[in-house]
Amino acid sequence: MANNTRIQIVKRAEKEINDGDYVNLGIGMPTMVANYISDNKQVVLQSENGLLGIGPYPTEEEVDPDLINAGKETVTTIKGASFFSNAESFAMIRGGHIDVAILGGMEVSETGDLANWMIPGKMVKGMGGAMDLVHGAKKVIVIMDHVTRDGAPKILKQCALPLTGQGVVDRIITDRAVLDVTDKGLELVELLNGYTFEQVQEATEPTIIVKQ
Amino acid sequence: MKRIFNNAQEAVEHIEDGMTLMVGGFGLVGIPENLIQAVRHKGVKDLTVISNNCGVDDWGLGLLLQDKQISHMIASYVGENKEFERQFLSGELNVTLVPQGTLAEKIRAGGAGIPAFYTPTGVGTPIAEGKEVREFNGKEYVLEEAFLADVSLIRAWKADTSGNLVFRKTARNFNPMMAAAGKYTIVEAEEIVETGAIDPDQIHTPGIYVDALVQGDQEKRIERLTTKEG
Repeated sequence: MANNTRIQIVKRAEKEINDGDYVNLGIGMPTMVANYISDNKQVVLQSENGLLGIGPYPTEEEVDPDLINAGKETVTTIKGASFFSNAESFAMIRGGHIDVAILGGMEVSETGDLANWMIPGKMVKGMGGAMDLVHGAKKVIVIMDHVTRDGAPKILKQCALPLTGQGVVDRIITDRAVLDVTDKGLELVELLNGYTFEQVQEATEPTIIVKQ
Repeated sequence: MKRIFNNAQEAVEHIEDGMTLMVGGFGLVGIPENLIQAVRHKGVKDLTVISNNCGVDDWGLGLLLQDKQISHMIASYVGENKEFERQFLSGELNVTLVPQGTLAEKIRAGGAGIPAFYTPTGVGTPIAEGKEVREFNGKEYVLEEAFLADVSLIRAWKADTSGNLVFRKTARNFNPMMAAAGKYTIVEAEEIVETGAIDPDQIHTPGIYVDALVQGDQEKRIERLTTKEG
């Protein structure tokens, strides 16, 4: 994915975060959202390994080997941060205390199933905290390319890959559109980057509903 | 007073072939690095190891992989280690992947005398296959059983001679739950102080969970150095 496309997706994802939210950002592209959070918003970022209040990356002098995020990168803390165990961390995740979780995706189904942790036949690295996050956060947002490198849809009637969670995704943000998972099906929220509805529908397996 | 060992090698004398070990840490942060090296030196084999990750090729639990001391690894994420991948794909190493929150809760439950619990995590995924699924208030939950260990290897920042522990920053991670879930719990602390030197309000893990202590200088390798400049 071209870097500017990633930045566009990341900037759009930032709009999902409200002032005062507690937010968990997944590893990879979702972590980039932190760099674009508006100065007008007070946001507390949670890290599964036991930190509320992730700060910016440290200067070389500030680097502390005991202080990392869930991606194992060295970080700092903001004022008002707190440390806790992984049991406490996932209690706050499963207990519904995190307002927004932003994750990457390999496939999403029209009923909000998410697959993002394994491809059968390839080395399985593990699910980390993703399976817990999708069940706990009040709003689960998946950000990803609209189609695979070969141009095949990633938004499907049913996921082919093993699931991370069943019926867990609330909103999908891609380089082409923003779609909501609703009881009636996938609903168009926005078209992005000059794509027409017809182009987005053609690159999406299930039928997209347009709100009247 | 707890047993206080002079060095890590003496501290691991209880560990035998075939035991189940819990090892604290997330990535390379908060790992009992001297105790791991002592286990390697002791040469015990056929270990089941419960830890969030499995170190890197040349550090942390990766050292036990090099000598093929681990026969079963239980973890949530193991993507940092080529030797791990080789042993897994060749069938030498049995691997059980557990969602991170479920892993933390299985360990917490073990130490807290809860044999099993229901969690929403993993319902409808390969993780729930063969497990009981039950509905509560219209939502499905999967039954997960607790973990216990023969020996837990813990890293703390500060310990007192009564075994009370204080952790530092994100080096706390799995250490408090693992301390409680070990039948025998050995703590590697950066500093051991006299009983009474730590304010009781500041103690993270009470000494009741701890059997033995050893002081250890920490190398604290950094897995992914990220800075503002870089």
